[in-house]
Amino acid sequence: MPSYEKTGVLSTKELKLPSKEHLEKGVAIIECIQEIPCNPCVASCPVNAISMKNINALPLVDFKKCIGCGKCVGSCPGLAIFVIKSKDDKSLITLPYEFLPVPEVGDIVDALDRWGNTRCNGTVKRVLKKGKTMVITIEIREDLAMEIRNIRVYA
Amino acid sequence: MLLRIKKHPIIDFKDCEQISFYFNDTKLHGFKGDSIASALHAAGIKKLTTSLKYDRPRGFFCGIGKCSSCLMKVNKVPNVRTCIAPLINGIHVETQGKLADWPDVEFKSKSKETANADILVVGAGPAGLCATLEAAGQGASVLLIDENQTVGGQLVKQTHKFFGSKQEKAGTRGIQIAIDLENDLKKFKQNGKIKVMMNSTVIGYYEGNKEKQHKFAVVKREGYENNLYEVNCRAAIFACGAMENMLLFPGNDLPGVYGAGAVQTLMNVYGVKPGKKVIMVGAGNVGLIVSYQLLQAGIEVDRVVEAMPQIGGYHVHAAKLRRCKVPILTSHSIKEVYGNGKVEGAVIVKLDNNWQPIKGSEEKIDCDTICLAVGLTPSTRFLYQVKAEMEFIPEAGGYVALHDNSMHTTIKGIYVAGDSSGIEEASTAMIEGKIAGISAAMSLGYKKKGDSSLKKQHMDELDRLRAGPFGEKPRIGKYKISKLMEKKHA
Repeated sequence: MPSYEKTGVLSTKELKLPSKEHLEKGVAIIECIQEIPCNPCVASCPVNAISMKNINALPLVDFKKCIGCGKCVGSCPGLAIFVIKSKDDKSLITLPYEFLPVPEVGDIVDALDRWGNTRCNGTVKRVLKKGKTMVITIEIREDLAMEIRNIRVYA
Repeated sequence: MLLRIKKHPIIDFKDCEQISFYFNDTKLHGFKGDSIASALHAAGIKKLTTSLKYDRPRGFFCGIGKCSSCLMKVNKVPNVRTCIAPLINGIHVETQGKLADWPDVEFKSKSKETANADILVVGAGPAGLCATLEAAGQGASVLLIDENQTVGGQLVKQTHKFFGSKQEKAGTRGIQIAIDLENDLKKFKQNGKIKVMMNSTVIGYYEGNKEKQHKFAVVKREGYENNLYEVNCRAAIFACGAMENMLLFPGNDLPGVYGAGAVQTLMNVYGVKPGKKVIMVGAGNVGLIVSYQLLQAGIEVDRVVEAMPQIGGYHVHAAKLRRCKVPILTSHSIKEVYGNGKVEGAVIVKLDNNWQPIKGSEEKIDCDTICLAVGLTPSTRFLYQVKAEMEFIPEAGGYVALHDNSMHTTIKGIYVAGDSSGIEEASTAMIEGKIAGISAAMSLGYKKKGDSSLKKQHMDELDRLRAGPFGEKPRIGKYKISKLMEKKHA
């Protein structure tokens, strides 16, 4: 049994990770590793970078095609898609957010990993309010780009 | 007022008119749109009744009118299900004795009214609504009956986005799907094809006549008064949903132990917090989703415990909770719940490989709410009364009526759809509803060009949604049902 079935937490080993070059332009990472009947991400992509063999298959991102626009982030019912863009010592993490309070651009927020532990600060760079799932972009230190997957916002 | 949810990231709770009512002579306030139980809960009253034998305090468990732990006396009418009864200005709500007093209200001697339709649909949840729309689309007249005040069944509390295929509303929240289906219903209501009776319960089945083979007795509640209807139809579709399972442990009946769905109703429909700190029992999709929705409502989820060695629900749902720092403990269960008249805490225990509690692993946790998300049982009582053949199918969640792939049971003209035909989820319930609706209408001679291929499309879509590893249980359940059905016809 893979450990995530016990813990609910993925390790980066279980994910197909993009190259440094792809990370520089910014790409979507889909943390959906079980065959569940679901496909809205495929339709959300404006450049057809996400493909699925059938509705139960795992979604595959073509990092070459992906433009890192983040449209899929807000479309995923499982809130499992993140866009990561890394350059030099900074990374931009775009993630889905469905809590209150809503952060504003410039706010400093806690950046949490997959275990919910605070690992560093993040600076809010963009807040997209399209529908009730907000899509938030934060800037963090580059070495935690593959760890940070949530934020905690203070009122 | 502390228990009212003021702001929510997903739901826009509108300011409703404040109304007053009496609870055992104390004047309390609630809001228009509340159920009696939600208004009492918001006022801090969780004990609604006492058990018959040992006088143990009881609060509501299911929150959707299916269990009997919320029965109270309202305006002198006994045995009112307060979890679904609307709060009305000025009413008197009382706890009732062990055995309700002889009602001293005057029952108006009204004669019964009659309603006729080609097809009766029982239950206005995802399956029933889709069955209604599809049958009316074929040209049949449909009467849709439901116990609740509003249509949508359990969709009205599902604030999460649905999975499934894009054409079957994936990516849309359940609460929005309920609104969309209701709007579709309104279009048909205008041309008179669909009639809807809310606050109504089907209570009996009778033999019909040659023209309309099925006759049902229906009670419609107007205020807290009951009116009797005779419904005559040529076919009926039962889409009655399901009821949450109870788990055995000491203290499981204390007020504050709820079905996870009851908590979802309380917070997402009525905007009332169930408590301050919750332990969730069960890490299937219901347990994981409701835990996340508790966090969204500003309620602390201490942990999720799961008796199985692995998380049963989708990983993506578990991941959402974990990154909010909610622990999920597999191979753990609840040993007991304690408290004086209400939940004050619980003892959690680790289980060994044989599901036995490990001595010394007990942990005492202070909390005021326990949510049970340990599966559902199909609501099928009516199918027994119509004498449909029932079988125990573990993968379907219990006894279900045998049915073919058109959702037709062993009784001519009686169909099933959704959870009451086998526990699954809302996306497949909607498709089953469509299949039942189109099949019932076609069987009555309402035929249209292309309807056979449309029905085939729905069936193929069901197969696709069930094809993955998470579809295994319903796939096996439905396979067993169809094999038993074939045997009956052989």
